[in-house]
Amino acid sequence: MFLINCPYCGERDQQEFKAGGEAHIERPKQPTELSDDEWAEYLFMRKNIKGVQFERWNHAHGCRKWFNMARDTSNDEIKAIYKMGEKPPTQ
Amino acid sequence: MTQNLRVKSSEFIDETNRISFKFDGKTYYGFKGDTLASALIANNIHLVGRSFKYHRPRGIMTSGSEEPNAIVQVNPNSNITEPNARATEIEIYEGLEASSQNCWPSVNFDIGGINNFLAPLFPAGFYYKTFMWPKSFWEKYEFFIRHSAGLGKSPNKRDPDIYDHRNIHCDVLVVGAGISGILAARNAAKNNFKTLLLDEKNELGGSTIFEANEDNKINNNLASEWLKKEINELENIKNLEIKTRTSVAAYHQYNYLLARENLTDHLNKKDKKNKIRQRLLKIRAKKVILATGALERPLIFNNNDRPGIMLSSAIKKYSNFYGVACGTKNIFFTNNDSAYESALSLHNKGIKVEAIIDIRENSDAKIIKKITDAGIKIYWSHTIVDTRGYKRIRSISIMRLSNDGTSVTGSKISISCNCLGIAGGWTPAVHLYTQSGSKLTFDEERKIFIPKTDAKEQISVGSCGGDFELDEIITNLNYKLKNFLNIDKTDFEGIALENDHETSKRNIWLLPSDQTIGKTKPFVDYQNDATAKDIKLALREGFRSIEHVKRYTTTGMGTDQGKLGNMHALGIIADTAGIKMGELGTTTFRPPYTPLTFGTIVGRNVGEFFDTFRRTPMNDWHIKNKAEFENVGQWKRSWYYPKEGETMHQAVQRESKAARQSAGILDASTLGKIDIQGSDASEFLNRVYTNAWSKLAIGKCRYGLMLNEDGMVYDDGVTTRLGENHYIMTTTTGGAANVLGKLEDYLQTEWPELDVYLTSVTDHFATASLCGPNSKKILNKIIPDLDLSDDNFPHMSFKEVLIDKINCRIMRISFTGELSYEINAPASYGEAIWQKCIEAGKEFNITPYGTETMHLLRAEKGFIIVGQDTDGTMTPIDLQMDWIVSKKKYDFIGKRSLYRSDTMKENRKQLVGLLTEDPNIVLEEGAQIVSELNQKPVEMLGHVTSSYFSPNLNKSIALAVVKDGKNMKGKKLFIPMENKNISVTVSNTVFYDEKNERLNA
Repeated sequence: MFLINCPYCGERDQQEFKAGGEAHIERPKQPTELSDDEWAEYLFMRKNIKGVQFERWNHAHGCRKWFNMARDTSNDEIKAIYKMGEKPPTQ
Repeated sequence: MTQNLRVKSSEFIDETNRISFKFDGKTYYGFKGDTLASALIANNIHLVGRSFKYHRPRGIMTSGSEEPNAIVQVNPNSNITEPNARATEIEIYEGLEASSQNCWPSVNFDIGGINNFLAPLFPAGFYYKTFMWPKSFWEKYEFFIRHSAGLGKSPNKRDPDIYDHRNIHCDVLVVGAGISGILAARNAAKNNFKTLLLDEKNELGGSTIFEANEDNKINNNLASEWLKKEINELENIKNLEIKTRTSVAAYHQYNYLLARENLTDHLNKKDKKNKIRQRLLKIRAKKVILATGALERPLIFNNNDRPGIMLSSAIKKYSNFYGVACGTKNIFFTNNDSAYESALSLHNKGIKVEAIIDIRENSDAKIIKKITDAGIKIYWSHTIVDTRGYKRIRSISIMRLSNDGTSVTGSKISISCNCLGIAGGWTPAVHLYTQSGSKLTFDEERKIFIPKTDAKEQISVGSCGGDFELDEIITNLNYKLKNFLNIDKTDFEGIALENDHETSKRNIWLLPSDQTIGKTKPFVDYQNDATAKDIKLALREGFRSIEHVKRYTTTGMGTDQGKLGNMHALGIIADTAGIKMGELGTTTFRPPYTPLTFGTIVGRNVGEFFDTFRRTPMNDWHIKNKAEFENVGQWKRSWYYPKEGETMHQAVQRESKAARQSAGILDASTLGKIDIQGSDASEFLNRVYTNAWSKLAIGKCRYGLMLNEDGMVYDDGVTTRLGENHYIMTTTTGGAANVLGKLEDYLQTEWPELDVYLTSVTDHFATASLCGPNSKKILNKIIPDLDLSDDNFPHMSFKEVLIDKINCRIMRISFTGELSYEINAPASYGEAIWQKCIEAGKEFNITPYGTETMHLLRAEKGFIIVGQDTDGTMTPIDLQMDWIVSKKKYDFIGKRSLYRSDTMKENRKQLVGLLTEDPNIVLEEGAQIVSELNQKPVEMLGHVTSSYFSPNLNKSIALAVVKDGKNMKGKKLFIPMENKNISVTVSNTVFYDEKNERLNA
């Protein structure tokens, strides 16, 4: 059970949160100009990596804000938490 | 029988407090402080159960939670009986009743014992191999297997006890109150850490507290005496909370631990009453110190499971702590020095020790001399090759071990005994450590798995960290604590320590016998009756992974989770396969460390509190009017209102007719309501719905369909424009929370530039939906001032009005195809407004109807229900709702997906209507649809999604999804059922009032 440091509320138990999948996948601005393959890439393809993964999380039973998390999927260590719109940490 | 095996009064046992209890129907006596196990041993009872597979007699083996054999049924004659309790953990109380398990008719004469003689027929994997054929016989086999398998019997009545949950936050959590745990907790507390110390036992002090070895001294005192003094001073320490009888079950990431606090199991029946029995502690600790100790290992030799064969450390605890001798003629069998301490303890109390069998060649520990001085014979380099005695060990046979330890030589010596203490070394209790995600390493020299890399903010101290000898434990503890707590000094630094050292080691995982392995029974897992032979068989059959061997042989899969035998299983696999143990790895330790009751897990969430449910403001009225309810999401919705003697079908038919012929009223309060405000609200709706919203006038309503980004229908509902920048959206009852979540997601992450605010107001409004040709007249009676003419208040529009000074919103919208008004009142006035409608409607025979009638009426009109007629694979085009998909809008959620090759392909399943040839047959929802009856293989074209008997049309109607349904109108299809084939014709989805004339009737 993670202890997640919501950027708006502080440390809270994981059960207050909802995971929202891979982060930094931007919705295409002009979907109609994309080929089927390009659209499918946006719609379906996710990395699911072993190691540090950037994810979206939502403080669903709290402030309801979305934010990003860098998490090592091999040992569940939370490396960083940052707000929507912010760049992922490089390290 | 008297307690003839009490050897001396013990300070831990209150001999003035005699307690009677029953075991297998017979009354015995023990003292306050006894466990069921110690009290039984005091009464010279060792045989307490039968083994799982062979029904071999089994006795008490240990003195703690690792007990594999002494598993009993508590309160066996009650229908709230508890199975699989460990006799070594049950503290006796007046009136306790327990019985043996897994035996019939009794533990002394067990019919299943025949399995022991049939043992050659039951090798590992016996069930998998035998019951595979013929395939169709499985159900017959299963009946017999289920009957003879299993341990205790489960209770058949609801658990009357109270359980509780509690959240705890602390700076330092110390698990285990042995010498290391106590010193660690005390130092943490003294340094201003809010500290919690837990121990599964009732007493503090671990194994040190009953230590009697005069060679182990702290500050020139016997270690046990020194520790007792320290324990007495703990209560004066601030910041320190201690909980005994509290077993940590699970250690999750980020120092989140679950512990079971046992509050009343040790009390007598009267004192238990109305108290919380067990409490689940949910602990989030900043730092965790594991001081869980070590478990003694047995030795694996032929017939090592007879009653009277016990762990050497358990014998010591029974004698030193409970004042009970486990036998009158004792032998110890060991590969290390610790058995000598147990032997000396017994000898010093005048209990006879016949001999010590040691597989080592010698040992130069100081204690050896004391043993020889006591006249106890030591057989070096010997092993036990067999034991005798069916219900209690009677004798052992020993032989000299070969140098390589794989065989025996010389002549056989037989020694009689009635108790055999076995000491195979110590296994650090790393279960919790590995649960937390920390990694182990194998120490080849000492043959133990020890902590390698601790998780963050965690250390293992004492023997669970691999430190076994007193000086090693205390010195390392001092060093580890200073680093971990970041303190300069501990309060025990530099304390004077004296202890014996073990130098000689020899480890043999499977001890040889003079017989071939096929003829021996060296048990590795006592509880599941898995022998070394089974493990070797698994390897011969090609199993290599430890996880596979475990499952095939069931080693380590009992309720003790392999606490005793796992290391030997690993060792035997490694030796047989020629792999190093470190490379073999270990099986995964999973929570819980010791079994939890279901009651503890669910806590207060039972009965009414099992799941939350929501009721509408009109709920009391529905109950008063005898509504039947159905669950919709978390809501309890009125399903139908049966009149006396009416079936559900009759009630629904009556309600449906009334709504179309005069007036009906539905509680629609559960529909999701989202208040949308902001200067970009219109643009936002444009992006989330498939149709256009910019031109919707203030005061007008519009139906909207919402897709997922993959183009599939997600939700629907009517949204009303209340003002320039203000809308109220309704969603499906079940989808409300998800829709709000999804909209928030887009707003926050994809379109943060939009000025839009979303607020859930589902609970703030109660909704009464007035429906039917007379609904206008009823509404006119309620609000005479409001002009209800089609010009002033047309279909799909909204008015804000006062009803009895209550501010209400009325939408003229319809989900039934009839003229309808939805009156939204503030929730607290919901019932009042509802009552008012009922009163005003009396002269028109206003009929309350529930969800079933609502479903029927909308089906007559072909209106979909998202989640019933759609299943996440239906696009609006599949639903034949092309009309609602804007061609002009550049983008909306899911638009691009509607042009993917897959969503555009022909032959997708499409929503159609179905009419049965016989108008009285009502199809089953979910029934499959085919075009030909005798086709093989038969092609499934689709299935029925909604089906009703329509009283207004006097025939059966159905909606269905059918492949290429769009092009099938008029075509005859079939629905094959169990005993008949039903012919149907594909029709339009709208069955009633195709021109929508009734909306303005």
